[in-house]
Amino acid sequence: MDKSSTTLVPELSKLDKGLINLLQHGLPVCERPFLQIAQELDSTEDEIIEHLNQLLEDKVLSRFGPMFDAACLGGAFTLAALSVPEKDFEQVTQQVNSFEQIAHNYRRDHAFNMWFVIATESQEEIDQVIEKIEEKTNLSVLNTPKLEEFYVGLYLPV
Amino acid sequence: MSVSTSPSDALTPLERQYVLLTQNGLPIIAKPYHWIAEQLKISIEEALALTKDFQKRGIIRRIAAVPNHYKLGYKFNGMTVWDIDDKQASKFGDAVGKLPFVSHCYLRPRHLPGWNYNLFAMVHGKEPEEIQHYRSQIKELLKEVLVTRESDDASQSIPSQSNDMLTSTQILKKTGLRLKRKTESAS
Repeated sequence: MDKSSTTLVPELSKLDKGLINLLQHGLPVCERPFLQIAQELDSTEDEIIEHLNQLLEDKVLSRFGPMFDAACLGGAFTLAALSVPEKDFEQVTQQVNSFEQIAHNYRRDHAFNMWFVIATESQEEIDQVIEKIEEKTNLSVLNTPKLEEFYVGLYLPV
Repeated sequence: MSVSTSPSDALTPLERQYVLLTQNGLPIIAKPYHWIAEQLKISIEEALALTKDFQKRGIIRRIAAVPNHYKLGYKFNGMTVWDIDDKQASKFGDAVGKLPFVSHCYLRPRHLPGWNYNLFAMVHGKEPEEIQHYRSQIKELLKEVLVTRESDDASQSIPSQSNDMLTSTQILKKTGLRLKRKTESAS
């Protein structure tokens, strides 16, 4: 894991916690959205803006803005996995990550120990990338594209 | 993959500009939608209407803060996977997706015999016990629809069980998904 992000922020104020919880659900769409948030949290617009900027600067929040459904923006996606022999793990990691179409890649504790998201412009390109990964690694790719989505939304209450 | 094929051509040039402008985040200022309006040279009313329309169409899920898991103490995640009855999969997938601690929930294809799971649900927690507990709660919900498979294939190296949880031990690569700045005819 990235070392810089493993240190916990020591203290979050009540206002910070309220902000984090409220803004994970979403910002109102209106002319002065932070004024509305301030009223809900018994604060002021200026204070909300200051605290929110600080939370981003401290990297307690990694991002603030519209969460787009990547699939709606065009392109194709899939989740795929490999069962990599332990001795080859580093080499296969490099081989798989070398494709710019690999967006995320995680090591997981299972016989299928490498799980990655392939993001491309088209379905055909997904198939091509999978074929190339199989050629390069000599391993068979488990391809699990989503068939139906029930929920996407991370809520981590503090 | 019907869910993943809506082309970006479905966006008008203005909508595309909106996505390119905001996909890396919004400035935290008193009037963020005015900023969008100014940048796109449209009125504030148009900026608000466009934003609401994006939300209605599901293109924007929400305008939100994304917390840093680790900074908030959520160090553990588990990809729980389930082998459930296909006929009931949509109904039960929906129920699992509604659990407050599930962040992503999808139906995906099985690949028998090596991979028998069709429902995936991600859970996050501050302690290893916490995600184990979440897994148990999902199991309780799915107990009637879990599939029992006879492991009659002796050559099968991966034993068939009705569920599992894959915890992540290392991030090997992580990049954002971005709409590229190029003309729509490119693909």
